[in-house]
Amino acid sequence: MNENLHLWLIPVLPLVGAAINGLFGRRFPQRVVNAVALAFPGAALVQALWIASQFGSLQTIPHIEVLGRWIQAGSFTVNFGYQLDQLSMIMLLVVTGVGFLIHIYSVGYMAHEGGYYRFFAYLNLFMFFMLTLILANNYLLMFVGWEGVGLASYLLIGFYFLKDSAANAGKKAFIVNRIGDFGFLIAMFLIMRETGTLNYLTVFSHIGRLPVDMHWGTLTITALLLMLGAAGKSAQIPLYVWLPDAMEGPTPVSALIHAATMVTAGVYMVARSNVIFNHAPHALMVVAIVGCATAMFAATIGITQTDIKRVLAYSTVSQLGYMFLACGVGAYAAGIFHLMTHAFFKALLFLAAGSVIHALSGEQDMRHMGGLRKLIPWTFGTMTVATIAIAGIPPLAGFFSKDEILWQTFSSKAFSSVAGSELNIVLWLLGIITAFMTSFYMFRLWFMTFFGERRESASPSHDPAHAASHGHGDDHDPSQDHAHAHGVHESPWSMLAPLVILAVLATIGGWVGIPHALGGSNHFESFMRPVFEHEAAAPGAHNTPNAEAPNPAQAGTAEPHGDTGTELALTGVSVLTALGGFGLAYLFYYKRRELPDRIAASMHGLYQTVLNKYYVDEIYNAIIVRPLMWFSTKVLWRTVDVSMIDGTVNHVAADTRGISNQTRRMQSGNVRSYAAWVAAGAAAVLAFMIWAGVKGVWTR
Amino acid sequence: MVPISYYLVLSAILFCLGVAGFLLKRNIITIFMSIELMLNAVNLSFVAFSAELHRLSGNIFVFFVMVVAAAEAAVGLAIIIEVFRTRDTLNIDKVNLLKM
Repeated sequence: MNENLHLWLIPVLPLVGAAINGLFGRRFPQRVVNAVALAFPGAALVQALWIASQFGSLQTIPHIEVLGRWIQAGSFTVNFGYQLDQLSMIMLLVVTGVGFLIHIYSVGYMAHEGGYYRFFAYLNLFMFFMLTLILANNYLLMFVGWEGVGLASYLLIGFYFLKDSAANAGKKAFIVNRIGDFGFLIAMFLIMRETGTLNYLTVFSHIGRLPVDMHWGTLTITALLLMLGAAGKSAQIPLYVWLPDAMEGPTPVSALIHAATMVTAGVYMVARSNVIFNHAPHALMVVAIVGCATAMFAATIGITQTDIKRVLAYSTVSQLGYMFLACGVGAYAAGIFHLMTHAFFKALLFLAAGSVIHALSGEQDMRHMGGLRKLIPWTFGTMTVATIAIAGIPPLAGFFSKDEILWQTFSSKAFSSVAGSELNIVLWLLGIITAFMTSFYMFRLWFMTFFGERRESASPSHDPAHAASHGHGDDHDPSQDHAHAHGVHESPWSMLAPLVILAVLATIGGWVGIPHALGGSNHFESFMRPVFEHEAAAPGAHNTPNAEAPNPAQAGTAEPHGDTGTELALTGVSVLTALGGFGLAYLFYYKRRELPDRIAASMHGLYQTVLNKYYVDEIYNAIIVRPLMWFSTKVLWRTVDVSMIDGTVNHVAADTRGISNQTRRMQSGNVRSYAAWVAAGAAAVLAFMIWAGVKGVWTR
Repeated sequence: MVPISYYLVLSAILFCLGVAGFLLKRNIITIFMSIELMLNAVNLSFVAFSAELHRLSGNIFVFFVMVVAAAEAAVGLAIIIEVFRTRDTLNIDKVNLLKM
């Protein structure tokens, strides 16, 4: 332990802000709420930047600061400890940086909303838990943050709690996350049983010495349970259903929590546990398959959605799938790299979409947008940057991270011990197809929103009757009617400034990881390498001598030198794919607008299935929710609770009353009858004593 | 010398009369007098035993009983007067406000 960085201050600062605004904000004028809400996350950002500047001169990495003991039971100890290494440094900058920008944006976006102070109190609270999650030095403290962000997410999704759909979406998110948390908890118990501690460093050095689990042993089970937790938090199949519904929350919340930070916690957790996953190739394979399937699945749904925020939501699920794919092939650094660039461009997309919604006074249906590029030029410009970035067109950020993931997928040997290289090819192909779809649906959104002529809805958008006419529950948010019904207007500067900054980041953010094949030096991966090189060689470690590691445990992502040509070719393919997506969207949604409808009509059944999100919500309802409700109502409620538990209590009370009813007749209120009882009692005692005297009981 | 059993039988008869009066009469004052009768029946047996066994404790106990009876008479009569004033009756069956 060397110099003291006061890491604990970073999470605690936003907590103080949350406490001030939450407890006293109701009485503050809006300006004071703003100042408090911005000052504390801002201070956290400043400290994070300061720490980043000190990072190079740290003597020991990971740098650990322990505040005090939390739990002590026998030899088992958990501390309030914070850990700073390359991974948490990146996460710290992303969370505080993007978080602070979104706070600024919210000041403009939420200006006309009720519960203003409440919103910022929750937002600051979220920052506290998220920072706890990424800075913790043990699984249990991470779990505190993990649950906390779930709570903040629940509160913010249900921010418009008077609206049923918002309240239900909040509940859904919370309950679905519980399923994942269950997996996380069991995984923690297994880790405790296996290693006797939850401290990252001890756990990893212990597990690092164990042999690789080639069967479905404890390590694989642990890793899979961790993955279940991550799937809940990061919206992967089969637990992704909550994220699209979470769009009921205010748009800055969607940007911060459900795009940039919280949903990436699962990726962070898997990357953090890379030692466990590297020792369980089966689990890695599952992670890769789940990630790839989710990416593909969500992208197809994204193509058909018409609500601008829902398209972005499915896009988020899909991009998170990419990150898991990266982790699954052992390319943790690529996953975190994509996490970072995704945080930039997806936050930007959501904020720009929020700006569009703001400009249209609450309209969210893309079919009623169009022709906005001249009306809101700043939003258009930044949105364009973000769209190109996510589509994976060079030289913007998304290209480098996505290309890195696809290349690692193609070349990885992380689970070569349990699956043939055909799996890599299949995953890579699906990844490329997904990239094509990503590009297509993003440019579709872009064309529908900004090009063509304005397609106003028949009735004014803030008419509740109109909102109700949308069948699939994603109708616009009445509380987002910003009261000003005048025409389309550009957003205030407090909203545009974060857009511009994020646009710059989305442009240059990828340049830290330009791969060697393209003449870069991939600073990002060499920076991250210490975190991931315990066992497996760092992904993309082109120029390290240990690249040929033959040991399956170390097979990680070692890649031969001579593949630069292949890598370049694959890069070319992915760029072409992205451009192809653009071209198709251009054809469908700019040149020949009638085509999509005709195609949709010709493939009616398929189109309806995808439009209705493959009926997954309905299937879950039918096979899980309904039986559960039936069981709860009929068995647990009516039988166990009402008849057994309440029945016992009620019967005891009823019997007591019955006996009392009989015995109260003794209390007649007639003095002489009382006296008679006394006399009878005395006579009885007397009779007993005489009887006893006769029998000689006393003289025995 | 009268045998002690005579006294005891008389005492028992007096006591039973007291009990019977207490149980059968409705007038509060009569009931009250019945209580006094029972007390004095007990007193009689006390002094009878005291004389028989040549011990003073029986006599002393009688004094205690008398003192308590006097106090009881004072308090009891006051209550009876108050009952009569408020309820205009001395019938014990009518004084049953606490009954549901």
